Amino acid sequence: MKDGELITQLSIFVNNEPGSLASIALVLKECDINLKAFNIAESAGFGVLRAIADDPRKACASLRGRSIAVKPTKVIAVHVEDQPGGLFGIARILGEAKINIEYAYAYAGKKGPVIFVRVDEPEAALAAIRAAGMKVLGEKDL
Amino acid sequence: MYWNPEVECAPREEIERRQFESLRGLVANLYDNNPFYRGKMDGHGVKPGDIRCLEDISKLPFMYKDDLRDNYPTKLFTVPTTDIVRYHVSSGTTGKPTLVGYTREDLEYWTESLARALTSVGITDEDTIQVSYGYGLFTGGLGLHYGAERVGASVLPSSTGSTERQLELMVDLGVTAIACTPSYLIHMIEVAGKMGIDFRRDTKLRIAVLGAEPWTDAMRKIIEESAGIRAYDIFGTSEMAGPMFTECGEQDGIHLSWDMVYPEIIDPETGEVLGPGEEGELVVTMLKKEALPMVRFRLRDVTAIIEGPCKCGRTSPRIRRITGRTDDMLIVRGINVFPSQVEHALLQVPELTGHYQITVDRIGALDVMKVEAEIDPDAFSDKMEDLMSIKKRAEGIMKKYLNIGVRIELREHGSLPRYEGKGSRVKDMRSMK
Ligand SMILES: [Zn+2]
Repeated sequence: MKDGELITQLSIFVNNEPGSLASIALVLKECDINLKAFNIAESAGFGVLRAIADDPRKACASLRGRSIAVKPTKVIAVHVEDQPGGLFGIARILGEAKINIEYAYAYAGKKGPVIFVRVDEPEAALAAIRAAGMKVLGEKDL
Repeated sequence: MYWNPEVECAPREEIERRQFESLRGLVANLYDNNPFYRGKMDGHGVKPGDIRCLEDISKLPFMYKDDLRDNYPTKLFTVPTTDIVRYHVSSGTTGKPTLVGYTREDLEYWTESLARALTSVGITDEDTIQVSYGYGLFTGGLGLHYGAERVGASVLPSSTGSTERQLELMVDLGVTAIACTPSYLIHMIEVAGKMGIDFRRDTKLRIAVLGAEPWTDAMRKIIEESAGIRAYDIFGTSEMAGPMFTECGEQDGIHLSWDMVYPEIIDPETGEVLGPGEEGELVVTMLKKEALPMVRFRLRDVTAIIEGPCKCGRTSPRIRRITGRTDDMLIVRGINVFPSQVEHALLQVPELTGHYQITVDRIGALDVMKVEAEIDPDAFSDKMEDLMSIKKRAEGIMKKYLNIGVRIELREHGSLPRYEGKGSRVKDMRSMK
């Protein structure tokens, strides 16, 4: 796997109570962290905010400095022609390659829609996506 | 090493003989000079002459925390105010505070007791001890202060708060021992980590004397391993004088100075005296107190008396670590639950930090218990599935420990309150309905 093929996503633990997300949003603002895309997964009592930041390394350090539980994770960014069909396309490709999608979410990128996909076997996923003729984006392409 | 070997290692027969002498003198004096306790004894149908051996203590009536509150501020004092040299006040969680007073002799015994205790954990005149208990109305700060001075240690009276400054002083002065609450030491270790201070590498700390709130052996293990120290339990309440007694180097029960206190364990429901090793409520009779005598005072702390000699050579009686309080005890769906059990269960889940908050509520006719627990930042995963499996595992362990179903809610690291003194990690919403 070459550098720049995978995107660094920040996963942030959020208490599921009024004001929690707002307080994280305030910290992001105070630390001058700009989010390009994000998605929130919720469960009873807590949630996970998954976000693509401009400068993930710097963002991660500033959040940790403010005692926020944050974990960098690698995700794949795929350029798609149009979102609904696009997600189906990726799901089919990865399904046929027997690769499990942990989660996926979309982003209306500057150069067209992008889908972020989290899988356990990124290398195999990259190969399958490329073999199907789809375009994988690096951090600079976002 | 012993501070007062003649007393600490006295033969069993001498202990019993001298305890009985003290008790007989105490009861006679109270009956003659203290209208409150005389009234209690008369109401109970017992006279000083009925106390013919040590076991006869069970014939005497109990004293309760409410007796102190009802007689606030000084109605239970048995000496004139001119003989009082200090007061301390404990803030009750409900109602009036309780006031305790000390004669010079009372302070002398308290300090002597702590000198014995600090020596027993290995603190000497070569140590520098940071006293991070609150100084003031609370007994912890001043009590430990004078006890540590008595053994000749260099005392840093840092009290509570400004943790970063406390850590800087700990490093700069080469502090070797600390006295504070266990949760405050854990907080200090966390703050140190953020400041780039490693307790093992950057401090000379080797001993911690921890108390004023319940803690567990599992918590001790975490503290000892993360700070590279030995942590000892200290016990005592303001009614007894303050924190007075600690474990010895064996870490196998808290030694009670037999010349100052006579302990009993009773069944909290029936008041019946229980045998050695049986768990129940601790009741103390203070054998030397002048200003505010305590006879069969019900502490509400749950523990057991350990029988047999200690490896350290001390013959004084020992009690087990306090496992809970009879009044902290929650009855959830008819089952007794102690917060210490919850704490112990949580420590079996390495992905959680050990900080918690319990909420009990009643939904319809059913009691529902919720435990909020902080997730360790290192264990945090972006996958919901991983987080749910931590939650499920914690719920399984909780069920095993408590015998009731508990809902675990994962919380962000650092989001639950830290208790620096006596604080309640229990919210019982049922009492508000
Ligand atoms: Zn011992």
